[in-house]
Amino acid sequence: MHRNNDDNQAGQMTTLILRTASTYLMPLLLLFSIFILIRGHYEPGGGFVGGLIASIALVVYGYANGLKRIKSFLQFHPGGLIPTGVTLAMLSGIAPMFLGKPFMTGLWLDQQLPIIGHVGTALFFDTGVYLVVVGTTLTIIFSIGEEIDS
Amino acid sequence: MTDHSILIPILIQLTTALLLLFMWNRIHLQRRASVIGNAIGLAYAIYLFQKVYHQGILVTQGGGWEAPYGITFAADLFSASMILIASASGLAVSIFAAGSMSKRRSMFVFFPIFHFLLMGIIGSFLAGDLFNLYVWFELIIIASFGLITFGGGKRQLEGALKYVTLNLLASILFITGIAFLYGLTGTLNMADLALKTAEVENKNLLTITALFFFVGLGIKTAVFPLYFWLPASYHTPLSAISAIFGGLLTKVGVYTMLRIFSLFFLPDPFVSNVITVVAIFTLIAGAMGAMIQNDLRKLFSWLIVCHIGFMIAGLGMYTTIAIAGAVFYLFHDIIVKTNLFMISGLIHRITGSFKLKKLGGFYAHYPSKTLLIAIPLFSLVGIPPLSGFWPKLLLINGGLDTGSYWLIASILVASFITLFAIGKVWIEVFWKKGATVTPKKHFVTFSELRYIHKVGFVLPIAALGAISLFLAFGAGWVYTVSEQIAQELMNPESYIEAILNQNN
Repeated sequence: MHRNNDDNQAGQMTTLILRTASTYLMPLLLLFSIFILIRGHYEPGGGFVGGLIASIALVVYGYANGLKRIKSFLQFHPGGLIPTGVTLAMLSGIAPMFLGKPFMTGLWLDQQLPIIGHVGTALFFDTGVYLVVVGTTLTIIFSIGEEIDS
Repeated sequence: MTDHSILIPILIQLTTALLLLFMWNRIHLQRRASVIGNAIGLAYAIYLFQKVYHQGILVTQGGGWEAPYGITFAADLFSASMILIASASGLAVSIFAAGSMSKRRSMFVFFPIFHFLLMGIIGSFLAGDLFNLYVWFELIIIASFGLITFGGGKRQLEGALKYVTLNLLASILFITGIAFLYGLTGTLNMADLALKTAEVENKNLLTITALFFFVGLGIKTAVFPLYFWLPASYHTPLSAISAIFGGLLTKVGVYTMLRIFSLFFLPDPFVSNVITVVAIFTLIAGAMGAMIQNDLRKLFSWLIVCHIGFMIAGLGMYTTIAIAGAVFYLFHDIIVKTNLFMISGLIHRITGSFKLKKLGGFYAHYPSKTLLIAIPLFSLVGIPPLSGFWPKLLLINGGLDTGSYWLIASILVASFITLFAIGKVWIEVFWKKGATVTPKKHFVTFSELRYIHKVGFVLPIAALGAISLFLAFGAGWVYTVSEQIAQELMNPESYIEAILNQNN
């Protein structure tokens, strides 16, 4: 017998209101997480908080519409974000060593970029943390969700 | 001298681990990449060692902030030689794991976690800041949690539970000690601490803090009476994992003890007495435990506990020659203990059992392998001129200088009981008439393995055996290095100078 798994699952678990709201909330929250990530170096925020907000965006959407929908939205397993993020953070740490400076020394561009502001190796490090946090959180949520589904 | 490249051994392990994570489900590629990564790591460790040997202490400040505010990494001769030895046994275990582990689903995460573990071990050898050291310890613990539950059987979980509980307790004690120390001195940079602890007025609180560190590290190092977790958990994981645990994990604790008790917790008579008594009991208790074991890996686990006592004894005597003996013993012990657990893996793969009662006839059936195995076994006992003999000679020498006759007696007793235990292994496994073991179902015996896997089993055992022989016949040179390390540990002025005043 064929049945629409997504709708069935979502219908059992959630309300129409949450489902509709999550469609609008997800892009807003993702955008907000990137804002938090970029402002992070001198003001409250940063990769860890940003990553958590991004995961919340995806998790809320996932709870409203079923985890399968969020998986097809992502198109790849979030576990892959973990090594990618660590690699990015490591590269940002190694970069100053090529200029004869100690590991993890902050390198900054002289000019400010529009919108983003000062760009330095710290931003890439934070982006790495952001990716690791998203990857870890989603991997945990997905594995718990899969166990419940099965 | 400032040199930013001393972090490269850490970065090699990190890069390898990340590459392995990207090769997530391609196990053959993972095996090769792990061996290649460790080979590069060993080559760099040799380079770093000779650099430190010729140029003296190398220092880098993470983030470019001057000590004592930045995160200091320092490579003196002690760190560099520990990195060298750790990289050598890391490479051996990597080859052994590539050869010995069957292709299972859980294999996918083994090699990345293994490299994260090595990264933590190497990082803790380089750390020049106590909190940074704590972070490396955490990395080691988390990676080893992953490895010890590997295979996911009931036995593994039981072993892991004991291991996890006691190591978490050790971490709590360690971080409490760090907090006390920070409250007393306002710094956690180890070189800076060496200057600041001398000025602390409340000496009693300092002694208590030192004991916090001693107990915390003592659990990790498995000294009497905190060692129970070790024989209860080290025989459960796969042999390759036991090998890296038995070879390196407890030794990181010994390294840290030698470092902090020579740098900023200069032992007063009370702490010295505590350390000496603990050393005596560790030697005796470990040896007694080893005597009655019937399982190869349990027996080796108890011997780990026993031989930790030798190194702690060196610290207890606290003279240059005794510390040199402890350092020499540390080098010898890492190589031999790693090798022993790999050997138990090989014996198990050939015969299908770890039990002494069931084994037998090894010498008659496999004479050339027996010769290979004999090297580490007799090195462990310390039959002259093999590598266990020289450091014991130094320790006894140091004991005669300081008049610690109880310590000398317990060193001799522990050595004889080790001889007895190894003799028992020799008689049961090698000489006894061949009891053939009937292997379980799905058990692939050694003779059915492909040639390349056989090489993976035998090559690392032979290579570490060769290193043991080098430590034995090159003992003169190893002694020079150990003595120089001991001199540097006992007179840390140059270490402090290198970290705090490096304006060039």
